[in-house]
Amino acid sequence: MSINYADTAWMLVSAAMVLFMTPGLAFFYGGLVRRKNFLSTIMMSFACLGLISVLWVLYGYSLAFGPDHAGLIGGFNFFGLIGVGQTPSSVYATTIPQLAFMAFQGMFAIITVALITGAVVERIKFSALTIFSVLWFTLVYLPVAHWVWGSGGWLNKLGALDFAGGTVVHIAAGVSALSLALLLGPRKGFKEKEPMEPGNIPMVALGAGMLWFGWFGFNAGSALTSGGLASSAFVATNLSAATAAFVWMILSWIYRRPSLLGVVTGAVAGLVAITPAAGFVQPIMAIPIGAGVSLLCYHMMLFRAKTGIDESLDVWAVHGMGGTWGALATGIFCSAAVNPAGKNGLIYGNPKQLLIQFIGVISVSAFAFIMTWILGKFVNKIIGLRVSPTEESVGLDISQHGERAYGGNLR
Amino acid sequence: MKKIEAIIREEKLEPVKLLLESLGYHGMTVTEVSGRGKQKGVPIKWGSKEYRLDFLPKLKIEVVVMDEDVSPAVNAIIRGARTGEMGDGKIFIIPIENAIRVRTGDSGTNAV
Repeated sequence: MSINYADTAWMLVSAAMVLFMTPGLAFFYGGLVRRKNFLSTIMMSFACLGLISVLWVLYGYSLAFGPDHAGLIGGFNFFGLIGVGQTPSSVYATTIPQLAFMAFQGMFAIITVALITGAVVERIKFSALTIFSVLWFTLVYLPVAHWVWGSGGWLNKLGALDFAGGTVVHIAAGVSALSLALLLGPRKGFKEKEPMEPGNIPMVALGAGMLWFGWFGFNAGSALTSGGLASSAFVATNLSAATAAFVWMILSWIYRRPSLLGVVTGAVAGLVAITPAAGFVQPIMAIPIGAGVSLLCYHMMLFRAKTGIDESLDVWAVHGMGGTWGALATGIFCSAAVNPAGKNGLIYGNPKQLLIQFIGVISVSAFAFIMTWILGKFVNKIIGLRVSPTEESVGLDISQHGERAYGGNLR
Repeated sequence: MKKIEAIIREEKLEPVKLLLESLGYHGMTVTEVSGRGKQKGVPIKWGSKEYRLDFLPKLKIEVVVMDEDVSPAVNAIIRGARTGEMGDGKIFIIPIENAIRVRTGDSGTNAV
């Protein structure tokens, strides 16, 4: 097929928008931690921008989207971008240069690894996180991306639908976050209920705004073309984010006060939930999907807090559970009329799709949880996962990076 | 009349505040400060190198009480702020000449 210039333009813009989400996440997470860990939390996301971008080009794209081996992993055929050029791939996104498709997919890998860091802020050793990120990217993200999106991937062949990464990105990252947080243990003072309020909520809102904007590239870009399907996904994306933000605001209002943190968390949850569904459902279905995710994730956050597990920034509650709801909701609400590559879901008389979605959720969750546990144990054994108690008290900004978020002589 | 000036760990404000409150000392002023004690901060390892972080963030609590209240208030602060590790802070007691409430112009005991 020949190159379509409108598609190419939209995909390059989308790729840049998805890249922009990782700095957004950096500020979203950064504002949620205490001042002494603000910079280190931002650093975790920016390190992924550097690290994962390079690994993706070297071997990541090849293992995720190279020719299939047993439905489990791609081959090394595209190692170092060999054969990935200005002409379209014959399999994926056949109207844009394969380089554009490769770049777009790479941005997803970056943010997925960065998402996990929210669970381990304020106490993980930066060197340990770096090694863990490389291992997790290689042994969890790449296989899962191949299973779901790779031609020949086993979940892809089974018919599991994941438009923009509800399973690959959000479930994988959310469940891994829980696993790694359990392994790492709570922050110093967490059990003693010392105050750990967010250091800068406006910064969280800024980050959420960047995420919301970038998510149009994430979801509408996942149409891989610039036409009607992208438009449909675009509208669904905004509608879900808006509904979820509104519902979360009401929930926080009922229980306490209408909270800014609540609205922005709701928006992110809404974006997570619509991610797998965006290009498979009628845009209006984003309303029940967005409302459902806030109801679910709000209570999952309360539940997580009650368990006493210090999964610090609720990556599991928002991304893991939001992604799970999104994947299942896709099986409920999807319609083949929206996307010829899609299916009809439960409400259109095909309950089997819900079962397939369920299999996708369970298998990816189990794989991500167990693999993260093993990789975390391994890194702990070779260099230790945690900073020393003194380094933790002083804060990771100074103890890990020798820099501070705010200047001045004293603090 | 004395002023109790306590430098404590940031995370110990809540327990100290609650203990002082339970004894009936409600008024206090809290300031974010940086400082160091005898150990001149804490050593931080970075690879094979070690350096000192010499000013650590702390909170300063100021409470003004009558002379007979000094020791219960000080004990409450110690109980709330102590961890047994270096860096728990210090308490200073300073004589106060007089206190005046701005709203009413009351002074002395009535103003504390």
